[in-house]
Amino acid sequence: MDQTPNIAANRLPPDMLARNFSDAHPPLTAGQATIESDRCYFCYDAPCIEACPTGIDIPGFIKKISTGNIPGSARTILESNIFGGACARVCPTEILCEGKCVRNTQEDRPIQIGALQRHATDWQMRTGKQPFSRAPLTGKRIAVVGAGPAGLACAHRLAMQGHDVVVFDARARAGGLNEYGIAAYKLADEFAQKEVAFVLSIGGITIETGMLLGRDMTLTSLRADYDAVFLGIGHAGVRALGIAGEYFPGVHNAVEFIEELRTSPTKSDVAVGRRVVVIGGGNTAIDAAVQAKRLGAEEVTLVYRRAAENMSATTVEQEWAQTNDVTIRYWSAPVRIDGTEHGVASVTFARGLAKDGRAVYDQGNYTLEADMVLKAVGQLFLPDPLAEDDIVIEAGRIRVDAEGRTSMKGVYAGGDCTAGEDLTVAAVRDGRNAAEAITAALMKAGN
Amino acid sequence: MADLSINFAGIRSPNPFWLASAPPTDKEYNVRRALEAGWGGVVWKTLGEDPPVVNVSSRYGATRYNGQRMAGLNNIELITDRPLAVNLAEIKAVKKDYPDRAIIVSIMVPCVEESWKRILPLVEATGADGIELNFGCPHGMSERNMGSAVGQVPEYVEMVTRWCKQYTRMPVIVKLTPNITNILNPARAALRGGADAVSLINTIQSVVGVDLDAMAPMPVVDGRGTHGGYCGPAVKPIALRMLGEIARTPDTSVLPISGIGGISNWRDVAEFLVMGATSLQVCTAAMHYGFRIVEDMIDGLSNWMDEKGFETIADVTGRAVPNFVNWNQLNLKFRTLAAIDQEACIKCGLCHIACEDTSHQAISKTLLNGERHYEVIDEECVGCNLCAHVCPVDDCITMVPQPVEGVQTWNEHPNNPMRKIPAKAG
Ligand SMILES: Cc1cc2nc3c(=O)[nH]c(=O)nc-3n(C[C@H](O)[C@H](O)[C@H](O)COP(=O)(O)OP(=O)(O)OC[C@H]3O[C@@H](n4cnc5c(N)ncnc54)[C@H](O)[C@@H]3O)c2cc1C
Ligand SMILES: Cc1cc2nc3c(=O)[nH]c(=O)nc-3n(C[C@H](O)[C@H](O)[C@H](O)COP(=O)(O)O)c2cc1C
Ligand code: SF4
Ligand code: SF4
Ligand code: SF4
Repeated sequence: MDQTPNIAANRLPPDMLARNFSDAHPPLTAGQATIESDRCYFCYDAPCIEACPTGIDIPGFIKKISTGNIPGSARTILESNIFGGACARVCPTEILCEGKCVRNTQEDRPIQIGALQRHATDWQMRTGKQPFSRAPLTGKRIAVVGAGPAGLACAHRLAMQGHDVVVFDARARAGGLNEYGIAAYKLADEFAQKEVAFVLSIGGITIETGMLLGRDMTLTSLRADYDAVFLGIGHAGVRALGIAGEYFPGVHNAVEFIEELRTSPTKSDVAVGRRVVVIGGGNTAIDAAVQAKRLGAEEVTLVYRRAAENMSATTVEQEWAQTNDVTIRYWSAPVRIDGTEHGVASVTFARGLAKDGRAVYDQGNYTLEADMVLKAVGQLFLPDPLAEDDIVIEAGRIRVDAEGRTSMKGVYAGGDCTAGEDLTVAAVRDGRNAAEAITAALMKAGN
Repeated sequence: MADLSINFAGIRSPNPFWLASAPPTDKEYNVRRALEAGWGGVVWKTLGEDPPVVNVSSRYGATRYNGQRMAGLNNIELITDRPLAVNLAEIKAVKKDYPDRAIIVSIMVPCVEESWKRILPLVEATGADGIELNFGCPHGMSERNMGSAVGQVPEYVEMVTRWCKQYTRMPVIVKLTPNITNILNPARAALRGGADAVSLINTIQSVVGVDLDAMAPMPVVDGRGTHGGYCGPAVKPIALRMLGEIARTPDTSVLPISGIGGISNWRDVAEFLVMGATSLQVCTAAMHYGFRIVEDMIDGLSNWMDEKGFETIADVTGRAVPNFVNWNQLNLKFRTLAAIDQEACIKCGLCHIACEDTSHQAISKTLLNGERHYEVIDEECVGCNLCAHVCPVDDCITMVPQPVEGVQTWNEHPNNPMRKIPAKAG
C-alpha cells in the first residue's frame, strides 16, 4: 500500500493492537451457558430452526447444554453445519435464529443462540477431534474449486459419505473469506485456520492451493478427471464507484484493506490513514471502518447513500460501528474524490433525501477531508475463470437449481458465486446440500 | 391492617410464622437473629438425651430443576448434637429476652416413660411455651426406635402423648410423619393421647439423587450414602393434602394445626392457612435465603388479608376446607375449555405438542398469513389444563368455565355400578 505521512502503520503500541483485534465477544462461561440454556423453552417446530439457513436443531442442542450433554450438543450442531464454530461467531443472528426466537415477543431478549452454539462447538474443538467418520469408501473422486465455507462444507460432507475429494484454491491458504475477509475480532486467535484443520480431520480431502481455475485448470478438464465438480469460488470482483478521482493513491477497495489486515499476524505493519472515509452500507463497510479505527485512525466516517434502515448492515452492526467511535453519515452520494499524485485529499458528497419513494441528491454538496478512502459498495462475481466453459451465468452469478446443479452436467455450485444471501452460513448450507445431491446422483447412477 | 397474632393451643405469637425445628433453630445465636428478623416464634431443634448424637459430614442433597436451586432438599442430619444442658440454658436465655415470642421445644427421647418423665420438667424450667414431639425424623433416629419409628405406630404416638400430658402443663404439639399410608391414624392417636395440637409434615423418606462417579446415593459420605428426609418446595403438595385431610375429617378437625412443608412465601402461607393451619413452620426456605424472608411473608399475608377483608388469622384458617372433597363429590357436568389469548401467544408450539402427543389433539397448528398459529378445537378439548400449565406466558391460556346445567356426581352417574338408586317410595 502507498505510504504518505498521513497513511502509516504502527499508529498504536503492539499491546493495544493485540487487544483491539482479540475476540470482540468473549465466550460464555460454563455457568452463563447453563443459565442461558435453561431460558430456552424447547419450542416445538421452533421458529429459530426455520430461521437458521443450515436448519440446526437449536432447541435440541440447547437442551443438551442444559443437561450437561455437551458432546451431544456439539454433534447436533455440527451434523447440520460443520462450520458451526465460525457461524456462532460471524452469523448476524439478529436477523437469523435469534431474530425469530419467541423470547423476543415475550421479553425482547432472545436466547443467545450464537453464544451457546459457540460454547458447545468450542468444547468439541478443544477435544481436537471431530465427531464424524467416513462411510465405506465409494471410489468416487470429486473436485471442489474454492476452499471457502461453501467448498469445504461440500468437501466435508462428500468425504463423510465415502468419496475422495480434491479442493483447489487460488490462494495460499484455505478458508476463503473466513481467512481473509471476516473482521479479525470475530474470528480471533487463528480460529479460521484451526477450523479448517478441524474440518479436514475427517480425512479423504486433499487441498491444492495456488491453483486458479481458468489458468491452471478448466471446468472441462475437471469434468473429465472427476466424477463431479463443485464450484464455491465466491466473488472476486469489487464494484467501482464510477466517479472522478477513484484512482488517487490512498483510495482502496475495503476488501483489500481487510485482506491485508487479516493476513498480518500482528497488525503492526498495516497502514491506515489519519482521517478515513469509508463509502458503502454493508457489513464490509462496517468492518473496514471499525478495523480502521482499531488500527489507530483518528477519525473514521462511514458514508452511506440512503437511510439507516436501507443499509444492508444490520442495526446491531451499525451500533457496533458507533460504539467503536465511527461516525455514520446517511443520505450522501459520493460525487468526486480530490487529491494529487501524492494522495487523496478529500471526498465530496451530494446530500439527498427521499422524494416519492426515490432517492434524490439535490440538497447541496459537502466535502470531507480524507487521507484514506475505502470503497465498499459491493462485491461482484467475475465469471472470467469460467469464460472458456459453457456454463449459464444469470444476473451476474452462476445459475443453479434448488439442488445446486448448474447448467453443466455433473457441475454444482454454491455460496457467494450463486444467487442468494452472501453469508457464511448460507454458503455452508449450499455446499452441504450440493454434496447430498452429488451423492444421490452418483449412487443413483449406480456406477 | 390485618391482625396477624395467634393463639395456638394456648401458645401466643405475634405472627403465625415460626421456624421449624431444624438447623435454623439449633442454637441461641441463630434463634436470636431469627427473632430480630421478625419471626413470631421458633421450634427449637429437637433435644435428646445425653450423650448427644454425632452428625456426619456432608449432610444435604438437593434437587435442582431447570436452574432452580433447592426445589427440594434432603438431609441426613439427626437431632441436636449438643449437650442437653447447653440447649436448655440457651432456651431459657432467649425466652427471657423475648417474652412475647413463641418458644417451643422439640423433643425426642427413647420410647420409655422414664425418659420423658425426666426431660419434661427440665424443659418446662426454661420457661418455654410448649413442646413438640418429634415422631417424624425418617432416618438415623428411627433406626434407634425413635422418630418416625414411633410416629408410624399409632399406639406409641398415643402412649407418648399421654405421658407428656401427664408430666407437663405445657401445651403438647405432636409432629406427624408423612411416611405412612393414612395420616388420620397418627392424628387420631395424638388426639386420644390428649394432644393440644398437631404439626405436619416432617420430612419424607428419600434418596435425592445418585452420584454417578461415586456410584452412591447423595450426599456421599466417604463413598457411601443413605436415605434421608425430603423437604422444601417439592413437598408442599403432599403437606397440603395431609393437612387438609386432618382439617376436613370431623373428629380430627378439632386439632389446631401447625402447617409445615415447603412454605417459602406468603402465598404458600395463605394456602396452608385456608387448608386448615393456624401457625406455619418454615425450614428450607430460611436455609436457602436466610431469615429475612419473613418480611415478605408478614406484609404479603397482611396485604392479601386486607384485600380480602379478613381481619384475623382465625378468619382465614380453614376457608377452603369445605371445598376440599372426595373425587366422587365433584360435578361431572362441569366443563372448562382452554382459550388462547392470541395477542399474548409467542408461538412456541408447546401447547400444541403437549396436547397432540399426550392429550386430546385439541390444539391445531396452522399458518395464518404466514405466521404460525395455534387454536383450541373446542369439540376436542376436555378441559384438562395441560396446555395452560405448559404455556410459558402467564395468563396466555385460560380455562374458561362453560355454563353448567345441574349437578351430577359419580355417586349418581349411570356408569357407576355402585350408584345409589334413590329408594322408591312405597
Ligand atoms: C469483509 C467481509 C465481511 C464479511 N462478514 C461476514 C459476517 O460477519 N458474517 C457472515 O455471515 N458473512 C460475512 N461475509 C460474507 C461471507 O464471508 C461469505 O458469504 C462467505 O465467505 C461465502 O463463502 P464462499 O465459500 O461462497 O466464498 P469465499 O469465502 O469467498 O471463498 C471462495 C474461495 O474460492 C477461491 N477462488 C475464487 N476464485 C477462484 C478460482 N478462479 N480458482 C480457484 N479458487 C478460486 C478463493 O480464493 C476463496 O478461497 C463477509 C464478507 C466480506 C467480504
Ligand atoms: C437439615 C434438617 C434437619 C432437620 N431436623 C429436624 C429435627 O431435628 N426435628 C424435627 O422435628 N424436624 C427436623 N427437620 C424437619 C423440618 O423441621 C421440617 O419439618 C421440614 O424440613 C419441612 O419443612 P420445609 O419444607 O419448610 O423445610 C429437619 C429438616 C432439615 C432440612
Ligand atoms: S425460539 Fe428461542 S426459546 Fe424457542 S427453541 Fe428457539 S431458542 Fe429456544
Ligand atoms: S454451608 Fe458450606 S461452608 Fe457452611 S458448613 Fe456447610 S458445607 Fe461448610
Ligand atoms: S404454549 Fe402458549 S405461547 Fe406457546 S403456542 Fe401455545 S398458547 Fe402460544
